[in-house]
Amino acid sequence: MSYLTLSITLIFVLIPLTLSKTLKLGLEKDTIIATVRSIIQLLAVGYVLQYVFDAEHYIFIGLMILLMIAAATQNARRKGASIQGITWKLIVTFIFIEVLTQCILLGLNITPPTAQYIIPISGMVIGNSMVLGILFLNRFTAEVESHQDETELILSLGGTPKQAIHSQLIASIKASTIPTIESQKTIGLVQLPGMMSGQIIAGADPVQAVQFQLLILFILLTTAVVTSIALGFLSYPTLFNERMQFLKWEDNDS
Amino acid sequence: MSNQAIVEFKDVNYSADGLHILKNVTGSFPEGKITTLVGPSGAGKSTLFKLCNALKSPQSGEILIKGKSIDNYDPVELRRNVGIALQSATMIKGTVLENLELPLVLQGKNIEKGFAEELLHDVGLSSEFLNRSAKELSGGQRQKLSIARTLVNYPKILLLDEITSSLDRVSQHDIEELIVKINKKYGTTIIWITHNLKQALEIGHYTWVMMNGEVIETGESSFLHSPKNERVLQFVKGELD
Repeated sequence: MSYLTLSITLIFVLIPLTLSKTLKLGLEKDTIIATVRSIIQLLAVGYVLQYVFDAEHYIFIGLMILLMIAAATQNARRKGASIQGITWKLIVTFIFIEVLTQCILLGLNITPPTAQYIIPISGMVIGNSMVLGILFLNRFTAEVESHQDETELILSLGGTPKQAIHSQLIASIKASTIPTIESQKTIGLVQLPGMMSGQIIAGADPVQAVQFQLLILFILLTTAVVTSIALGFLSYPTLFNERMQFLKWEDNDS
Repeated sequence: MSNQAIVEFKDVNYSADGLHILKNVTGSFPEGKITTLVGPSGAGKSTLFKLCNALKSPQSGEILIKGKSIDNYDPVELRRNVGIALQSATMIKGTVLENLELPLVLQGKNIEKGFAEELLHDVGLSSEFLNRSAKELSGGQRQKLSIARTLVNYPKILLLDEITSSLDRVSQHDIEELIVKINKKYGTTIIWITHNLKQALEIGHYTWVMMNGEVIETGESSFLHSPKNERVLQFVKGELD
């Protein structure tokens, strides 16, 4: 696709702008900002990727992955601000899931050890892990908040912190992973996944595109479950101190 | 108090969120007796319970359980020996049986049916309740189950936090009888927070009066008939709340 052709696609931006202006929806400013940002960010990434692919050097691959982890951490940490040390917990989770998936993919020769495969797959793994992390942290902090009485009860009966938080932890892990599992049940029926569509448009064999998409889907299943479990087990101990006291406890003294 | 102390507070201070909740609390609770804790709202009574159960730790001072500093106990062991039943009578999702056996499940064990039925009988609940959902119980029934659940651990000390305040007169009376029965049958030391001075006089062997985080007056409950402290007198007359 040439830049001229690409510029014609701006028609798809003009349509919402015109509608917004006509109907006084007030979306013009945000639409323009979103368009400009997406053009700059994606073009920049495109050029960076081209450079990294040409260089074929592991240092650049490593830097790209670190950049992804840093951006994902920055984005997700706000959702878990109430959990002590959430930044490093997210970093550990993202590194763990990235190492795990790449070890399986490269170790079993499923994908070749080139930037062309490692970087896009890492992007999908870390990106998905970030979304899952946000979903998990949202749910977990809400569960902990709303079940303080049960946590208090179990501790008071001689339960350990892990026992006191167990049901909230399981509920949060389930709630955050269910969307991934559910969406995979209907995939291909309602919409074609983005990566697969992209490959087909670029001229790839649809069956091969499906094979890669399945690979990604299976990886995302692991990512979803491992992210939630890792974050959960890294996070819950910080809710208690060494005397097994619940630190989020509020004083409702009478 | 002449009996041997099972719980002792020595100059205990506790603050949270910038509030000085317990101020230089000193005193003891005698072993095998029922001590009631009375005082207006915000006196720090519930916080004192959480300190006894090691759910919180004081910033200064010392708490001794059977003469040993509370910090030297393993929290899990301590909490099995110092049971606590709260006004909220929180239940986990599930049946009466699942709630009753919770303290044992936490230790990787299950409750024997006979023991479960005996406990329910002790607190005045029929064994037919065992398979009912705990959420369906009335306020009084929940309180009874909450006490029975605490008894599963055979605690040496039982802390009861306003367990009758939201109950009707009949249920209140049942619980009062139950407290006396537990004290006699198991020799359990009972510390009971209540707003009801009649309960303190009739059931409590000893009473602590707390106000604004301080212990104002203690002694055999009969002192409530003629307290020495002016503020306690006002409280007894119902002029403070």
